[in-house]
Amino acid sequence: MTEQNMNRKPILEVTNLCKIFNAKTASEVRAIDNISFTIYEGETFGLVGESGSGKSTTGRTIIKLEEPTSGQVMYKGKDITKIKGREELLNFRKSMQMIFQDPFASLNPRIPVKKILGDAIRLHGMAKTDAEVTELIFKLMDTVGINRSYVNRYPGEFSGGQCQRIGIARALCVQPDFIIADECLSALDVSIQAQIVNLMIQLRKQRNMTYLFIAHDLAMVKYISDRIGVMKDGKLLELAEAEELYNCPLHPYTFSLLSASPVTDLILERKRKRVDYDVNTHKYPADVKAELFEVGPGHFVYCSEAERAGYEAKYKEKHAAK
Amino acid sequence: MDTILSIKDLTISFQTLDGKVAAVRGVNLDLKRGETLAIVGESGSGKSVSVKAINRILPKRNTIYEKGEIIYENRNLLALSETEMEDVRGKKIAMIFQDPMTSLNPTMKVGNQIAESVLVKEKIPKAEAWKKAVELLGLVGIRNPEASANCYPHQFSGGMRQRVMIALSLACKPDILIADEPTTALDVTIQAQILDLIEELKVKLGTSVIFITHDLGVVAHVADRVAVMYAGRIVEVGTAEEIFYNPQHPYTWGLICSMPSMNTDTNQLYSIPGAPPNSLKVIKGDAFAPRNRYALAIDFEEEPPYFKVSETHYAATWLLHPSAPKVELPAEIKRRHKIFADMVAKKEWGND
Repeated sequence: MTEQNMNRKPILEVTNLCKIFNAKTASEVRAIDNISFTIYEGETFGLVGESGSGKSTTGRTIIKLEEPTSGQVMYKGKDITKIKGREELLNFRKSMQMIFQDPFASLNPRIPVKKILGDAIRLHGMAKTDAEVTELIFKLMDTVGINRSYVNRYPGEFSGGQCQRIGIARALCVQPDFIIADECLSALDVSIQAQIVNLMIQLRKQRNMTYLFIAHDLAMVKYISDRIGVMKDGKLLELAEAEELYNCPLHPYTFSLLSASPVTDLILERKRKRVDYDVNTHKYPADVKAELFEVGPGHFVYCSEAERAGYEAKYKEKHAAK
Repeated sequence: MDTILSIKDLTISFQTLDGKVAAVRGVNLDLKRGETLAIVGESGSGKSVSVKAINRILPKRNTIYEKGEIIYENRNLLALSETEMEDVRGKKIAMIFQDPMTSLNPTMKVGNQIAESVLVKEKIPKAEAWKKAVELLGLVGIRNPEASANCYPHQFSGGMRQRVMIALSLACKPDILIADEPTTALDVTIQAQILDLIEELKVKLGTSVIFITHDLGVVAHVADRVAVMYAGRIVEVGTAEEIFYNPQHPYTWGLICSMPSMNTDTNQLYSIPGAPPNSLKVIKGDAFAPRNRYALAIDFEEEPPYFKVSETHYAATWLLHPSAPKVELPAEIKRRHKIFADMVAKKEWGND
């Protein structure tokens, strides 16, 4: 752990989390395969990976939209799998909220903004009288930059970026400490993406919000995240601080992923060489135990005990060169 | 390089229940033989509509071709009869789309689908067409093409389906390939493979490519020339070097700056405020003016004409008018203009 992290308080600790769909059938899918990581208060943790890597399932399991098959998720020192009953679940959701990928699909098209936000506010008892509810709705709309006069509009009357802002406003109405953003930018246009990212960063500054930012756009993840985890086939293959991960990728998969993403600079792009990844690299025989090892301060790589020394040497070599 | 396709003053509207929507407002564009022309823009900017007009696959019900022509082989495609058009569509000008699953027939073996396209072009026995289909599958990098030809689309992954689509579009050996966001639904690693494939086939078969995307990274990868569209109009067009390192239009600046590059390190991402204009309303002046922090008074009054920056580079912004005030550029754009100045000085174009 770097010194910076030692002073920080963990807010979410995921230990040996597994999620297996259709367990013990022919169509068994190990969506999450024994992953562990910690997210600290006020930090933005990025999770990148291709489709099918298990990054969304991880997010959904943490917020209890899926039940884990095994493993533990501790949120603020409490095991989320032990949450029982509506009351406790509501309390948990007051603290943790989610923003979804498709801004249109995640808002009910038949009710106006006033009711979308008002329902969430009333459900969680954030305001009592109608006047208070309306006041809070207006405040939320100001926060996310939606004109107050649009309060009676329906989702269909907004653009994608505006709908995503309403989705964020709905997540904010309970004043959460932790937000899971699952590909919340990928349905938006480039110029609108920047607006939403700036809004998220501004909220982080104002409220010391913690984010789990799930995405496949590597440049955007690097821009917003403090630390990043790279997932593939349900496994966490590498975990490091954002700068570190991009400057010094150790696992071949991370390297391949970085080499595959186009950059917006012509000269760099024309020089870019793509490196293919052999998917057997992270598949070990049953008798070899592989796990996430810390090969440098705060830099973790998924490998076997035998490979560990190799990665440590690679880490030292890359850092000595700088 | 000679021009293979020429779009002149193309203007298209859609009749909707709410009134007439101006989707494309006077697009002028030339495609040179053997080049890749990228069209960038946000959703609703009219980039897809413009290229769908080339193959005339816009819904007949409510599309109004207001003005303009599309010249291909000395004929105006917009004036051709439906039968004449059938000889162009797919055979001379092929198209691939964003979602390969909706473009493929789910109930037909992919080999048969491709063979069907081959038979459209040449009258040969079915068995031979099947052989050609297998060849094409091999060409687009599908492993074990004999077995794959017997598969149905759902048995393939997204990237493989897009490869099948490309094989399908190449069956008739088209002159022009139009790729409408072909990699948007794919993962970065798969995207990279598909982009390389299109590039490789372009060189091998001498096809000219129109590539539509909103991702400037992808543009940097594929494009020889770039056209930037906003609200139905091309606001800037130039070679890839000119657009990336010497952009002149504030909208192009916004697009470039709002995408973090791997080495962006600022606290605030440059964003273009507001949202694209409602195309139901008649636009007065420059459509981008309300979102443009560099807008001049005249931008709200009169639409800017194209100002010539170089032989190959044009931009529609009043900032290029000789009497326009000098503006303070965003830092990233300043950096890029400097690179361009160095390039011009050294006559080095980065594509070593």
